[in-house]
Amino acid sequence: MTFDEIMSIPPYSLNEKEKTKLLTKRLSELTKHHAKACPEYQRMLNSIGFDIESIESYKELPFLPVRLFKELVLKSIPQEDIVKTMTSSGTTGQAVSKIYLDRNTSANQQKTMVKIVQEFTGSARMPMIIIDCPNVVKNRAMFSARGAGILGFSIFGAKKIYALDDEMRLDVGALKSFLEENKGQKILLFGFTFMIWQHFYKELLRLKEEGITFDLSDGVLIHGGGWKKLISEAVSHDEFHKRLEDICGLKDIHDYYGMVEQTGCIYMECECGHLHASNFSDVIIRRPIDFSEAAIGETGIIQVVSTIPESYPGHSLLTEDEGEILGVDDCPCGRKGKYFKINGRLKNAEIRGCSDTYADKFR
Amino acid sequence: MQTSLDKEVLDRVTYLTGSADITEDLLSAPAMIPFDNDIIEFLNDVSREIMNDPRGRAYSDVITFGFWIRKSSIIKLKEKYEIKDDAFHMGKGIVFHIAPSNVPVNFAYSLVSGLLYGNANIVRVPSKDFPQVTILVDAFNNALEQHPNMKSYVICARYNRDKEINDLFSSISDVRIVWGGDKTIEELRKSPLPPRSGEITFADRYSIAVIDADSYLCIEDKKRVAEDFYNDTFFSDQNACTSPRIIVWTGKQIEAAKKEFWEAEHDLVERKYSFQPIQGVNKLTQCFIASTALESIKIIPHKDNLIVRIAVSEISDTLMDYRDNSGFFYEFDCEDIRLIKPICNDKRCQTIAYIGDKKTIIPLLQAGVKGIDRVVPMGKTMNFDLIWDGYNLPYQLTRSVVLE
Repeated sequence: MTFDEIMSIPPYSLNEKEKTKLLTKRLSELTKHHAKACPEYQRMLNSIGFDIESIESYKELPFLPVRLFKELVLKSIPQEDIVKTMTSSGTTGQAVSKIYLDRNTSANQQKTMVKIVQEFTGSARMPMIIIDCPNVVKNRAMFSARGAGILGFSIFGAKKIYALDDEMRLDVGALKSFLEENKGQKILLFGFTFMIWQHFYKELLRLKEEGITFDLSDGVLIHGGGWKKLISEAVSHDEFHKRLEDICGLKDIHDYYGMVEQTGCIYMECECGHLHASNFSDVIIRRPIDFSEAAIGETGIIQVVSTIPESYPGHSLLTEDEGEILGVDDCPCGRKGKYFKINGRLKNAEIRGCSDTYADKFR
Repeated sequence: MQTSLDKEVLDRVTYLTGSADITEDLLSAPAMIPFDNDIIEFLNDVSREIMNDPRGRAYSDVITFGFWIRKSSIIKLKEKYEIKDDAFHMGKGIVFHIAPSNVPVNFAYSLVSGLLYGNANIVRVPSKDFPQVTILVDAFNNALEQHPNMKSYVICARYNRDKEINDLFSSISDVRIVWGGDKTIEELRKSPLPPRSGEITFADRYSIAVIDADSYLCIEDKKRVAEDFYNDTFFSDQNACTSPRIIVWTGKQIEAAKKEFWEAEHDLVERKYSFQPIQGVNKLTQCFIASTALESIKIIPHKDNLIVRIAVSEISDTLMDYRDNSGFFYEFDCEDIRLIKPICNDKRCQTIAYIGDKKTIIPLLQAGVKGIDRVVPMGKTMNFDLIWDGYNLPYQLTRSVVLE
């Protein structure tokens, strides 16, 4: 089964049974492909005595912990075919994931994302405001998750501006004139959750006191990157939505969940506030104690599978995030597939022992 | 001789016992005679304080320490470890201890070792606020009220990483004892010691277990063995220097022994160990990393993530680069004990915990291994002793005055 075949199906159209069949076929093929093309992956499969012929569902396929992509070079293509190396955003000194892409996988990531996002924004390209600074995408050699996200979403922008300068200050003049020029049109806004809160919302709040206001009621905002920092500021999901609407009229707001290790297959938040898995990928919640599949509503560790990765063995991964499935095929928004929520990251282990602990093993 | 210390630096320290002023008194505190009666009486009173503190009952490590410093126990230690030669022995002077940050009671053992051999002590206790530390420090303080003459021998200090404080305490110490592993040692080495002072460093180390399958199968109380192994491993998240990371099986009935051993262990761990979700992820990660680096390993199918075992067909000298903790074991079926030499030849290899006859280990030692400082029965790896980690503390903490 080729990826193009999957691309031809509307992203949220398959029910559980149909999707299981599709994923089992495609992901089994990817497992065989990577076993052949990536010696390290083959050795991992051998170490657990995995037999691809014995499985009935994609849920039985092995999953690699995402941290492996920080510790090892894992790729299924020759060096000369690498067109891009994506890295996760880590703070200085910490190990980052390295994801090797060839032309094909890179293109499929792009196409997939377009397919998914269009389900939420419509297919026309829109004037786009990126709530970040231009610097973050300047170093093209190494794509950080933030840069990759911005570049990925930029294809939805007919014309675009960066709302912040390289000192992360809101460029009020540029924003004003951009909104003037594009009056009456639907505007796409994109950024990382915490950046939006810290450098956009708080600045709008301050400007309002000076009598300067903006009307973004025709906008659609897509944001990602997690809630950790906002939770530490005691800002909930609902609060985030309410405050943005109050300050600039922005109502159409979608969070997304995604990771650099499976770029393209993002999980968008629907109108009901649920994250959705498309046909291209899936989430399986694993019980920490034995990695068995958790029931609907039961919290566990998130496994993600993606039908895209051909250039690196990342089609089935165990994340370090916690979440729960809310339901399958029956979200009131009408989309098929699983819908779920993220509860945050797993806590670092508190380990005893004689050697003083250093957190360098963890992100 | 130095008679005063930088007050500004001393005041940056939180004193759990003693104070900045008492720390200055340390400089003029006389060295004492090992196992001096005052010391033994003082420790006995500390023990009584610990045993009378209802908060201590919840902590087996606190109780074990309390027993260890009772008069009767110390007298036994004295009989075993009093230096018996013609020289006159006395404490070296001031011992500066840096306790590990994640073992609550270790600081107290280090302190008592210094004290028993007649030294004044400054102990950096873990910065983490363990309840055990509070209980022990309260006991020391109560006992010090009854033994004011001991005050300048017992300074328990707490401070965040601060080189100036390390510099100051190092500059007055006759012996520096550094726990906490390689990184902490590296940090402390930046603070110079006086020319005649010495240092005892407890570096990153690992341990192994050798189990004779036939002897194990003959043991009636398998639950007891499971408890012993638990104490050697899971009790410290299998992350103490003494915790076995490799299980070496010898004898004829290895398969039968493994089955019983691991089933009994699993039953116990399931009941007793508090498993953290990230540990399962960590162990899986390490399994896969090991599979890419080591030849023909086999991850033994496990019903859950509590105990993860990896069978290896040879013992390579890089095996311990792929160690993990919290229930992560390499296993090797061994026909000749000398086959494990590559791992024991590493100076990082510390303890062999055994089930069976300790004599069977001797050929390995005779092969001239550079590691291995202790060979102890299973269940006893954590038992602190005054000869520890290859150091003979009685000699290291005293001066020998030649009397001819």
